[in-house]
Amino acid sequence: MIKSHRFLRQFIRFITLLIATCAIAFLLMEASPIDPVQSYIGAGVAVSPEQREQISAYWGLDQSPIERFYTWGNHLLHGDFGDSLIYRRPVLQVIGEKFTNSFCLMLAAWLGAGLIGLFLGCLMGLYENRWPDKILKTISYLFASTPAFWLGLLLLLFFAVYLELFPIGFSAPIGVAAADITWGQRLYHLFLPALTLSLTSFANIALHTREKLIAIYHSDFILFAKARGESNKSIFFRHGLRNILLPAISLQFASFSELFGGSVLAETVFSYPGLGQAAVNAGLRGDIPLLLGITLFSVIFVFCGNLMADILYGWADPRTKEASK
Amino acid sequence: MTNRQKTKMKTWAILLFFIVLLLWGISIKETGIAPHFDQQNLSPNFNHLFGTDWLGRDMLNRTIKGLSFSMFVGIIASSLSAIMALLIGTAAALLPRWVDDICNWLIDLVMGIPHLILLILISFALGRGVLGVTAGIALTHWPSLARIIRAEVLQLRQEDYLHIARHLGKSNYYLLQKHILPHILPQFLTGLILLFPHAILHEAAITFLGFGLSPETPAIGIILSESMRYLSSGYWYLAFFPGFTLLTVVYLFDRLGHFLQNLYDPYHAQD
Repeated sequence: MIKSHRFLRQFIRFITLLIATCAIAFLLMEASPIDPVQSYIGAGVAVSPEQREQISAYWGLDQSPIERFYTWGNHLLHGDFGDSLIYRRPVLQVIGEKFTNSFCLMLAAWLGAGLIGLFLGCLMGLYENRWPDKILKTISYLFASTPAFWLGLLLLLFFAVYLELFPIGFSAPIGVAAADITWGQRLYHLFLPALTLSLTSFANIALHTREKLIAIYHSDFILFAKARGESNKSIFFRHGLRNILLPAISLQFASFSELFGGSVLAETVFSYPGLGQAAVNAGLRGDIPLLLGITLFSVIFVFCGNLMADILYGWADPRTKEASK
Repeated sequence: MTNRQKTKMKTWAILLFFIVLLLWGISIKETGIAPHFDQQNLSPNFNHLFGTDWLGRDMLNRTIKGLSFSMFVGIIASSLSAIMALLIGTAAALLPRWVDDICNWLIDLVMGIPHLILLILISFALGRGVLGVTAGIALTHWPSLARIIRAEVLQLRQEDYLHIARHLGKSNYYLLQKHILPHILPQFLTGLILLFPHAILHEAAITFLGFGLSPETPAIGIILSESMRYLSSGYWYLAFFPGFTLLTVVYLFDRLGHFLQNLYDPYHAQD
C-alpha cells in the first residue's frame, strides 16, 4: 500500500518532468536561428516568397507559439511525433529502428562496464593501499578523464586501420541485405564501439565498489568472521560481495544518462547507425521533429534506469524500506 | 615530508603547469598556426613535435592554442555553473519549503535529460559558437554541486549556533554571510574545480560533434574531428597527441580538485 503510493508519487513527478521537458525543448527550438522552412526544403534551394508563405501556412508556422505548442502536444498525446525531415519517415519509426541498434550497443557496453568495474573495484578493495590498488586507482582515474571519442579514434586506428582486425564502422557489412546479417556479424561490428563505451565508463563503478568493500572489510562482522577462522575466499563471497553487489548494480542502472551521452560519441566515431548518430544529424541539419522525439525518448530512457535503481536499492537495503514508511 | 606537504607540493606543481600552458597558448600568434604548404603531413620531428597537418600547420601550436582556448571556455562555464549551484543549493536549503521543492524539481529536470542531448538542444537554440557552448555547459553542470551544497546547508541549519543566531533575531542574510558561506566555501571551491574536467570534456565532445566552435577556431574538438578524415591514411599522430594532451589536462584538473579537497575539506583530510 505504502509502496504503491510512493511509486504513484514518483510517476506523477515524472509526468510533470516530461511535460516540462517538452516545453523547454519546444522553447529552445523556438529560439533557434535555424529557419524551419529552409531546413524543410533543404539548404540552397531557392523558393519564391509566396511558396515560402504557403509552406509556413501548411506547417502552421503562422500561428502563435502557444497555439503550436498546444497542437504539437495534442499530437504527441495521440502518439504522433510527426515526420522526420532527414529520413522522410514518421519519427517514431525512425527512433524504433535506431534504438534497436543503439540498444545492442548500450547493453553490451553497460554489461562490459559493470563487469570490469566490479572486478577491478573488488581487486582494489582487497588490496587496499597496496601496489595493485594504487596502480588500478590511477588507471581508473585516467580512464575517467579520457574523452570517449578520442579513445574510440585510437581503438579504430589500432585495431581497424593498423591490425585490420575489426571493421572501420557501421553495424553490419556493406552490401549485405538486412535480412542476411548474422548475429556474428553484428557482434563483430559492435565490439569496438562497445569497448570504447565500457572503458570510459567503468571507473565510476570501480571506485564506488572499492570504497564500499573497504568500508565493509573494516567492520566488526568481518573481524568476527576472521576470528571464527573463515577463509579469505569465504569471507569475500559471503560477506564482501553480497553486501556490495546490489548497490553496485543499482548504481549502474542510475548511469543511463552518461551511457546515452557516451553512445552518441561512440556512434559518431564508428559511424554506427544508432539513436545517438540520428540525434547528431537531426541537430546539425535542423530536423526539429526528430530532435524533439529523441529528447523525449532519452528522458524516458533515463527515468526507467533511475526507477530500476530505486526499486533495486529499496529491495536490497531494508533500511531504505523502513525510511520510506 | 608529511603527506600534507607532499600534497601541497603537487598542487603547486599542477597550478604552475596550468599557468605555463595558458601563457604559452596566449603567446602563440596567428603566424604560429598559419599554413605552410611546403611542410604538409610531416610526421613528428624535432621542429614539429606533434607533426603537421595537411595544410602544413604545426600541430603542437594548434594543440596548445586550442587547449588554452578550451580551458578559458571551461573555466568561465564551470564558474557560472558553480555560482548557479551555490544560489540554487542555498536557496533550496534556507528559503521556505516550496522553494526547496521547486529547486529539487529543477535538479531532477536537468539531471533527467542526458547532458549531451541537452547540450545539443541548447547550442542548437543559441546558434553554434562560443556562446552556445559556454551557456550549454554552464546550464547543464550545476545540479550535482547544487545537491551537495543543499545537503550541506540543510545539515548546517540544524546546528545549535545557527538556532541561537536565529533566535537572536539575525536575518537570513546575516546567517548566510557569517555562518553558512564561510562553512561551505571549501566544498564550493573544490566542487568548482571538480566541475572543470567535466566541462572541458563536454566542450571537446560537443565541438567534436560539430555543434560547438567554428572550424577556424583552433579547438581540441575541431582538431580531433578533422583528424577523423585522415584515419585510414595512417596519420595517427594527428589524433593521438592532441587527445593525449587533453587527457592530461582533464586528469590533472581532477587530481587538483582532489588534492584541494584533502587540504581544505575537513571531511577528506584523512584521505
